[in-house]
Amino acid sequence: MRPFVYKKVTTVEGAVNSIRGDARFLGGGTNLVDLMKTGTEQPSELVDISRVPLMNIEEQRNGGLRIGATVRNSALANHPVVRQRYPVLAQALLSGASPQIRNMATVGGNLLQRTRCYYFYDPSYVECNKRTPGSGCAALQGQNRMHVILGGSESCIATHPSDMAVAMMALDAVVRVQSASGEHAIPLMKFYRLPGTTPHIETELKRDEMIVGIDLPPVVGRHSHYLKVRDRNSYAFALVSVAAVMDVEAGNKIREARIALGGVAPRPWRIPEAEKALAGQTADEAAFKNAADILLKDAKGQRHNGFKVELARRSIVRALTIASTPRGGQ
Amino acid sequence: MPSINSIGQPIDRVDGRLKVTGKATYTADHPIPDVAYAVLVTSKIAKGTIASIDTRAAERVPGVLAVLTHKNQIKLAKDPSQVDAGSPADRALQVLQDNRVRYGNQPIGVVVANTFEAARDAAGLVKVQYTPEQARVRLEDGLADAYVPKKMGGGGDSAQSRRGEPEAAYRNAAIRQEETYRTPFQTHSPMEPHATIAAWNSPTELTLYDTSQGIFGDRKRVAALLGLDPEKVRVVSLFIGGGFGSKGPTWSHTVLCAMAARHVKRPVKLVMQRPQMFGPVGSRTETRQTISIGAGQDGAIASLRHETISHTSTFDEFTETASLPSRMLYAVPNNTTLQKLVRSDIGTPSYTRAPGEAPGTFALEVAMDELAYKVGMDPLELRLKNYANRDPDKNLPWSAKSLRECYAEGAKRFGWSGRPRQVRAKREGNTLIGWGMATALYPARRSPAAARARMMADGTVLVEAGTQDLGGGTYTIMTQVAAETVGVPVSMVKFRLGDTRYPETPVSGGSQTAATAGTAVYEAARALRQKLSDLAATGSPDGVSLASPVDFLYDGNELFAVGGGKRVRVRDLIARTGKPFVEGTSKTEANADAKAFSCYSFGAQFAEVRVDADLGTMQVSRMVGAFAAGKILNAKTARSQFIGGLVWGVSFALLEKNMYDERLGRIVNNNLAEYHVPTNADIGDIDVLWIDEDDKHVSPIGAKGIGEIGITGSVAAIANAVYHATGKRVRELPITLDKLL
Repeated sequence: MRPFVYKKVTTVEGAVNSIRGDARFLGGGTNLVDLMKTGTEQPSELVDISRVPLMNIEEQRNGGLRIGATVRNSALANHPVVRQRYPVLAQALLSGASPQIRNMATVGGNLLQRTRCYYFYDPSYVECNKRTPGSGCAALQGQNRMHVILGGSESCIATHPSDMAVAMMALDAVVRVQSASGEHAIPLMKFYRLPGTTPHIETELKRDEMIVGIDLPPVVGRHSHYLKVRDRNSYAFALVSVAAVMDVEAGNKIREARIALGGVAPRPWRIPEAEKALAGQTADEAAFKNAADILLKDAKGQRHNGFKVELARRSIVRALTIASTPRGGQ
Repeated sequence: MPSINSIGQPIDRVDGRLKVTGKATYTADHPIPDVAYAVLVTSKIAKGTIASIDTRAAERVPGVLAVLTHKNQIKLAKDPSQVDAGSPADRALQVLQDNRVRYGNQPIGVVVANTFEAARDAAGLVKVQYTPEQARVRLEDGLADAYVPKKMGGGGDSAQSRRGEPEAAYRNAAIRQEETYRTPFQTHSPMEPHATIAAWNSPTELTLYDTSQGIFGDRKRVAALLGLDPEKVRVVSLFIGGGFGSKGPTWSHTVLCAMAARHVKRPVKLVMQRPQMFGPVGSRTETRQTISIGAGQDGAIASLRHETISHTSTFDEFTETASLPSRMLYAVPNNTTLQKLVRSDIGTPSYTRAPGEAPGTFALEVAMDELAYKVGMDPLELRLKNYANRDPDKNLPWSAKSLRECYAEGAKRFGWSGRPRQVRAKREGNTLIGWGMATALYPARRSPAAARARMMADGTVLVEAGTQDLGGGTYTIMTQVAAETVGVPVSMVKFRLGDTRYPETPVSGGSQTAATAGTAVYEAARALRQKLSDLAATGSPDGVSLASPVDFLYDGNELFAVGGGKRVRVRDLIARTGKPFVEGTSKTEANADAKAFSCYSFGAQFAEVRVDADLGTMQVSRMVGAFAAGKILNAKTARSQFIGGLVWGVSFALLEKNMYDERLGRIVNNNLAEYHVPTNADIGDIDVLWIDEDDKHVSPIGAKGIGEIGITGSVAAIANAVYHATGKRVRELPITLDKLL
């Protein structure tokens, strides 16, 4: 771990004016500090924003929710409005990490969580295009059980590890971003970039920009479920996860649906065509399988994770089945 | 006289309060003035040579005192790559003697600094250029050079055994079955990392605080390598946060810490970082076990053959004795076993909780389950059909064997009789439910040991033995043994361990501590009571003499010796000697009865699993373990020990695996986020029970040992339950969901 300068700020203005060079914002530190210990991240300065007053969760007039960037994961998961109206988000949050980590981790930091790829995490592996652009990708021929089946490239096959972001993706979240030159909004659908040949650039966030919050629009349906499939029943990253949100009308007809996948791609994976295909259909296994086929159309396993394609298919069907039942996700 | 029977009582741990208040001094907690901090530099390749190593940047970090590498050419008194054949726990060490890299994570440097932070920063700045060679870590790649070791491990067992005509009996058998079973590499991963503090009191005198399961072996090894008189080396290990065998041998970091302290002329503390523990401090080797069984239609096994291939390192030898249970567990007339080793570019594998028996009972007891289906018998019935009333391998009677009772009581508690014979017979919604069982066993060993017990003037009994407490409860059970034997309440006994200043006892391994240290403590306590009785019987200046042997009575204020209706204050009794205490000592030998009896603990394991039919996700919802393991010295700590074993059974069956990057020969999941051990959510209901035994053929206190048996059989019980639930026979561990899709 390299020595670094630590600076604490208490306002957004103070934060965005402080960020320079290779300085990084510090939220809960549950990921960044780990990466600094391994040497994957070596910022010369940390700007601690965990006490910036962005800790509110406010209901909006339109029925949506505004979540401050430094709200702790556990606070968000246990907020009564989240539990009642966005249970898929509460489920996703509570399926992630451990209580201790959730008590520290912030919402903004969670969106920026880095991959758990073994080769990214340990700089003694020479090859990692995400850590050292142009160095290669050790995971392609190495251990890749936890890696992508969708959206990867020859440069990088690392997955995005967040559970929260998968639910947020299905909820059409919008990321609010501020820099010295002002505030703007980025839909989460456009927030993450696929690796292509530049896997070190993971989001549309600029170096001097700070996430100040997340807006959730009113939820599209009351039926939802977050399914997380993993190698251990707690404190493990998803092999596959599915966030499903649906509006199922009387007569078991799907009016609208949102599906996002975790653990399978460089970002929470969402294909609007799959959701369109569900709209107007009867909520049954055939419709769910069809949606799964569309979501996984381009899926291709790596050496150690070919099973994830079939696992994802079954998980999508299961999550949609649970979500569409009368008490789905409740 | 009220009886003072504390043995067996479920008393709270005597060190419990210290532990939960954070006051127990684990190795790295010892406050040592002027201590410097060491951080290891470990190799980032698995095989090759260090072409160059540049320490200049590291040395420039403020606060750095020294950066030691092979270039320092620190000479040792003895070649650390040589092991003493008489010390099976000794390992060949890598302590900066050459530029060879023999496995991933091998120590190749030590940075010492005034602060931990400076040492860690500098360790990251040591620049190493390697000349790498292709490492070999796959068992398959070494099969062509697999060899049979001359002897195996601590017991010195032969790697081959044979009785009867196993090949012919197999050929003639009505039912023939041959399958191969695989268990993966595992790393012990105790909660407390390996740690050492080395403090030189003079150039010839060293104190080591070390996370050691065997302080006397540690002392001997370190003294030999550093050229010291063992009497001038003191090793202290008061509390251990889990060892599981990984803290049995002296590993490289301990010697490096002492070398570093000598170099910087200051006490040095070295705590291994979690990722560094994958390689240099042992592992459970991968095994490939082939078992062939020839049986009659009635399930009687005529032939059993068990061949195990496992890894050792390129520079040292360790055999995972997985074939041993197949020699003696069942009454099989024709039997052969064989162990082979493959040399791989890995840190030397070592003892891991129930070495041999844990992977061995997985293979054997899954094979038994497969046979039960083939012959159409209940798996428990098949075990009874082949029940061994004598040890068929040694041809000796058992010291005590209550396995039949374990089967019966365990089955009753579990509800085994309600098990449907067919697979995939129980289903709730998407959940398939299955039941499995298996036999557990572990040798009951007792080695030479010593102890001393002193009664002080105030009646306090101070008992000392140089044993270790890995967290299982040694402090507590030894206190109970001493208290009951002397005849005083537990509260009057103070038991001390973990210091080579105390009488010598052996390594806490092989589940031998209860019987071994327990016997020494028992004999020392008996000697003390006898001395006090003799003292009381000789009569005092005031003419009071007591009938021997005396009892003791504490009135809440004063301890009295009581005999023949008379009593005398212990204070006065001890005053007669002119010394501050009366002392009894013991020096006990290895179990002599082991020549005439085969000494084992046994058990029966039952498991219920719930498997998602579509997703393969799994919960071990229920386990019952029934054990017969001699006299249980503390019902509470014993229950916890057994439960811990069963939890490891879940871990072994479903979770643990070192994931190697086979191209690089390195373990990629070298942290507790990716190296999976169970969380609470992975553990269902665990129920353990035991059959009371009083096995005087193992120890005079009737105790055997319970540290390891819980993991044996539990792995197979789970695997067999998975088969019963799903109809899928998984012969390669861990049983991850992809194997059930």
